[in-house]
Amino acid sequence: MPDTIRPERTLAVVSAGLSQPSSTRLLADKLTAASVARLTDEGFTTRVVTYELRDYAQDIMNNMLTRFASLRLETMIEAVTAADGLIAVTPIFTTSYSGLFKTFFDVIDNRSLTDQPVVIGATAGTARHSLALDYALRPMFTYLHAVVVPTSVFAASEDWGSGDGGIDSRLATLPARIERAAGELAALVAASDRSTRVRDPFELPAGFNPAGFTRVGQPPSRQ
Amino acid sequence: MQFGIFTVGDITTDPTTGDTPTENARIKAMVAIAQKVEEVGLDVFATGEHHNPPFVPSSPTTMLGYIAAQTERIILSTATTLITTSDPVKIAEDFAMLQHLSDGRVDLTLGRGNTGPVYPWFGKDIREGIPLALENYALLRRLWREDFVDWEGQFRTPLQGFQSTPRPLDGVPPFVWHGSIRSPEIAEQAAYYGDGFFSNHIFWPASHTAKMVQYYRQRFEHYGHGTASQAMVGLGGQVFMSKNSQDAKHKFRPYFDNAPVYGNGPSMEDFTSQTPLTVGSPQEVIDRTLGFRDYVGDYQRQLWLMDHAGLPLKTVLEQLDLLGEEVVPVLRREFAKNRPADVPDGPTHDSLRLAAHTPVATGSGKRDDLDTAAAIAPARTGTAFGLAGTVTTGA
Repeated sequence: MPDTIRPERTLAVVSAGLSQPSSTRLLADKLTAASVARLTDEGFTTRVVTYELRDYAQDIMNNMLTRFASLRLETMIEAVTAADGLIAVTPIFTTSYSGLFKTFFDVIDNRSLTDQPVVIGATAGTARHSLALDYALRPMFTYLHAVVVPTSVFAASEDWGSGDGGIDSRLATLPARIERAAGELAALVAASDRSTRVRDPFELPAGFNPAGFTRVGQPPSRQ
Repeated sequence: MQFGIFTVGDITTDPTTGDTPTENARIKAMVAIAQKVEEVGLDVFATGEHHNPPFVPSSPTTMLGYIAAQTERIILSTATTLITTSDPVKIAEDFAMLQHLSDGRVDLTLGRGNTGPVYPWFGKDIREGIPLALENYALLRRLWREDFVDWEGQFRTPLQGFQSTPRPLDGVPPFVWHGSIRSPEIAEQAAYYGDGFFSNHIFWPASHTAKMVQYYRQRFEHYGHGTASQAMVGLGGQVFMSKNSQDAKHKFRPYFDNAPVYGNGPSMEDFTSQTPLTVGSPQEVIDRTLGFRDYVGDYQRQLWLMDHAGLPLKTVLEQLDLLGEEVVPVLRREFAKNRPADVPDGPTHDSLRLAAHTPVATGSGKRDDLDTAAAIAPARTGTAFGLAGTVTTGA
């Protein structure tokens, strides 16, 4: 099938890794590749936008302090929030997501990730931090009303030396977890129309009346 | 076009000297600034309203009433009057009283306030900020326009046969601006009533202000108050000047770097490029300010924030001299060029009194027609940029 008639989907990748090279970025890239492969199998062309939060660290903190995003951060936030799916990966620092990762999600509009399919991933030195995905990252995205896929992917240092987790493997290894998470994300991304939606920043709430009544199903105040 | 000063009324330590003014000194400084506004030929002095330190102006009409007695010409205004946590009955009375005392030299800008605890301190819920602003203003309008008001709403005890006193001077209510940084609901409200829209402007990128003002203008036209270019727009601004541009940057930098609002964040250079803040020569301020018209259209009122971040009174008064002598005369001349004849000037009591006694020439756009349920229909969701001019209300 020629690419011109394949439907397109957009995938945003946010990595909060700090070093170069970064195992956090490596995990993000593996999740991305696996997701793109699934979408390609399903007949989609996937456009991927990848952001290292380190490149935006100053802008993110300035946004926290001034309450507005610089033009380059605003452009990046728009690309992330308008994507059909999001791959969000952070190193685990001091039992939780890195401060930079959290600060990024603190400065974006808390309604802007509503309904967005998300796969969460994290890296750390040992597997003892793996539950941070479920007690820190998952609740944060739930608060933001994103749709977090059931499989989250944790990569401890030792996982980078694990096998491919084939069907006969005794243990579900990192590649198997990546494959499963990517499959869950790809299914939601395939069904998404998020990247083609027209978003109206001036949309008024349902039932809005400039004369003083704003709730659905309630009569205007008696006058 | 009107030019003036708006003040937050903050008590901030001067980072260059360590001096912190007393409340008394700060309040007197605000009065001195207002007198200077008149002396140097500006048009408007506006005070904020706050109910928590480090801010002093909790009682705007008391202050403005005192200033009214010390001045003869300037318009006394607010930036902003808290329409959410203040009782609209008291706002109606206080500002009508001020109107009489000042012989009509008063208008006000309504805002919601952004300090969480102030809401519960006044028995309100910040999550209801927008509904409070909408309902309270709907009542405020009626109190000024109807002699006896029967009223019941969600937020205030009902009224039967209530008459707000004194009645507005000459039967003409004070002009109202609605202030908002980011809420389209408030721009919609301003447009619906044909009131003014004041964009704070100074803490956000110009592109954002441009979109908000454009939205307000289109909705103003949509509701039948005139063309989009005739809508009443006010802008904030923030400048620091010296004859020499480098001197201005050098003198202002310690204040910028320690300012409560943006201190320890972006560099002064980044902030000046991303927001309307201008630090430089009077000519640079003139050029930047004239540029505002490029993205909001011909507008009616320009207010500057001058007395903040711990700047001493002496410096603020020097800044006002520069504004009055070198900046505003040029701006008046330049803004008048190519300004279409049908774009209104900034509102005054006289212009409002004249309009009130002049039949509206176009359409059937009596405002009372809009204050009915029939006008609710156009306020659909998602109509930004779409329906302007395609629906006629009150026809």
